[in-house]
Amino acid sequence: MYNKVTEADLSVLRTIVGDDRVLYGDAISPDYSHDELGGISRMPEVLVRVLSTEEVSSVMKYAYAHDIPVTVRGSGTGLVGSAVPVEGGILMETTQMNKILELDEDNLTLTVQPGVLLMELAAYVEERDFFYPPDPGEKSATIGGNISTNAGGMRAVKYGVTRDYVRALTVVLPDGEIMQLGSKVVKNSSGYSLKDLIIGSEGTLAVITEAVLKLLPLPKASISLLVPFPDMKSAIEAVPKIIRSKVIPTAIEYMSRDTILFSESYLGKKFPDTKNDAYILLTFDGNTDAQVQGDMQVVADLCLEIGALDAYIVDTDERKKSVWSARGAFLEAIKASTTEMDECDVVVPRSKVDEFIKYTHKIAEDEGVRIPSFGHAGDGNLHVYICRDALDAETWEQKLAHCFDLMYAKAEELGGLVSGEHGIGYAKKGYMRKAYGEDQIALMQGIKAAFDKKNILNPGKVCY
Amino acid sequence: MNILVCIKQVPGSSNVEVDPVTGVLKRDGVASKMNPYDLYSIEMAMSLTEKYGGTVETITMGPPQAKSVIVESICMGAKKGTVLSDRKFAGADVLATAYTISQGIRKVGKFDLILCGKQTTDGDTAQVGAEVAEYLGIPHVANVLSVEEVKDGKAYVTVSLDDMVVTESVQLPCLLCAENDINSPRLPSYKVQKTVTDDLVRFISFAEFEDQDANHYGLNGSATQVERIFPPEKNTEKHSITGDSAAQAQGIFDLLASRKLI
Repeated sequence: MYNKVTEADLSVLRTIVGDDRVLYGDAISPDYSHDELGGISRMPEVLVRVLSTEEVSSVMKYAYAHDIPVTVRGSGTGLVGSAVPVEGGILMETTQMNKILELDEDNLTLTVQPGVLLMELAAYVEERDFFYPPDPGEKSATIGGNISTNAGGMRAVKYGVTRDYVRALTVVLPDGEIMQLGSKVVKNSSGYSLKDLIIGSEGTLAVITEAVLKLLPLPKASISLLVPFPDMKSAIEAVPKIIRSKVIPTAIEYMSRDTILFSESYLGKKFPDTKNDAYILLTFDGNTDAQVQGDMQVVADLCLEIGALDAYIVDTDERKKSVWSARGAFLEAIKASTTEMDECDVVVPRSKVDEFIKYTHKIAEDEGVRIPSFGHAGDGNLHVYICRDALDAETWEQKLAHCFDLMYAKAEELGGLVSGEHGIGYAKKGYMRKAYGEDQIALMQGIKAAFDKKNILNPGKVCY
Repeated sequence: MNILVCIKQVPGSSNVEVDPVTGVLKRDGVASKMNPYDLYSIEMAMSLTEKYGGTVETITMGPPQAKSVIVESICMGAKKGTVLSDRKFAGADVLATAYTISQGIRKVGKFDLILCGKQTTDGDTAQVGAEVAEYLGIPHVANVLSVEEVKDGKAYVTVSLDDMVVTESVQLPCLLCAENDINSPRLPSYKVQKTVTDDLVRFISFAEFEDQDANHYGLNGSATQVERIFPPEKNTEKHSITGDSAAQAQGIFDLLASRKLI
């Protein structure tokens, strides 16, 4: 059992980090009790704002010795409750550890603290002609949170996910020990990759206090294409054909007219085209205009051949902004369109995207609930939202659970997994357990125990 | 209703460098694009013809490669366009530019409505539209937010005057300069791009103009001479206001008040 935070604990924490960075009781904003969508909330007993690896280590050492649970939180933009202190205890906020420590142009790496925001990171490297490819929609997330969920984003089709861009981590183990995992090296065949275990572990194995990220040179040219289709079926069916064309777009997103209209009313800004029911949005990047134009033409011609109504060219900064800002707002826009919602972030093999989406339409019809969706058609990661709208609480709970059961079962049947990029956290534990089976969960619990015998770091998450 | 939209090719990035010695813009190797302000006037023109019928044409002045913005306007729905291009037009200030465009428009045909953007991103004078109208002897209205109605030979337009919006009626033919950000410009169609043929883009040179006095065009016809071009100083001043919400709000208020911004 865990211990409650006492006056004595508070005074020790205050000695470690200073009075002004320890908040207790009413001084803690209710925002710290929840994330953006996890469906779970609990106030921490104490909020500690850390500034350094040493502070994190001291806090962990003390908490470990005194059996106080610790949950780490970045910007709180998670969607599955990972950063919610479900057992109370200490909530350790890393947003003030927000320094960019080193740009190593010889090794093409960037060393950062975990609280650097994704948008700050992107702006910093792009200003210097470098490129950090992972591009999740939520730009105010911290890089620590991104690493903890192995965030993906829109460019995964071509560039992969966060894990592909983490060279090394400095972490603090639950007992306070500081450890360096990985290094700036490009190759590594040196034993089990503990670094890769930490990535995607949602703050259950160790606290990330520094990360060395891999950078690429900034592609010099990029162009997007907005392709209208008469209906969602033909739009989705075009995706595997595009992939088979061997042109690799940076991103392939699908969106329906409904979702675009929500985003128009949410942003108060018109989308350049809303005449058609379904769209695919693609981006191509490369080092020359000729190269991206060539790729764009191959895909545009292919789309026209297989039933696209046109292919709109999104070539200038203004045009890109008008289209991509709408895309970036989809989650918030759908949220604003309903009373309550929950999300299914499944990932299925790319060849099965159309089948899965069609299945969600069938569920919507059968169950009489609204299920808008959008997502990364190019990498098989879908964002499917079940909207409560006017349902009463009891019906909503039933419908939601039923729809989730159906969708996760379908994803499994198609060879998919529970979460593509949002994580398991608290909200999706049951579905992961069902999908993986007890043996795999036991293996995960064994790993958790190897890092954290006392189970004090982010308890109640992922595999517990 | 037949509409002509005046458009311009500008550097593709707003970060065009200025040669610190000569003061000349370094345009070599910099990609170009259509002046973003013109996209709103093209969209306004297209939606007007969707409502009232007629066609949209475009016109630009520039080197032969300015043809690409005409092609782009065709991809956005214009029927055809004209490039006014001649070495004699080079070095023109707003006056000579407006005169050249007005001569070109006389050559291209008669229109009920001529639309311009608010300004360009490279020149930023916002004067060419009004001067073209003066040379053509037709009325003009700037900062137009929308054309509410076209009836009995008049256009009823709403105009932004900073702190108020007025509705004005204006006799056709007239010239309107569209305000920035008043609509969501449609995207160019790849399907149309594949079908654009050379005969849709007409080139007109000095030799075809009515006024054959070369002193009215280009550098010779310009009333203003550029003395020096230099990049503006960058302001990187940053203020950090700390404390609780109330203290932060007070800090922002005090700062704005001290600068007389509120």
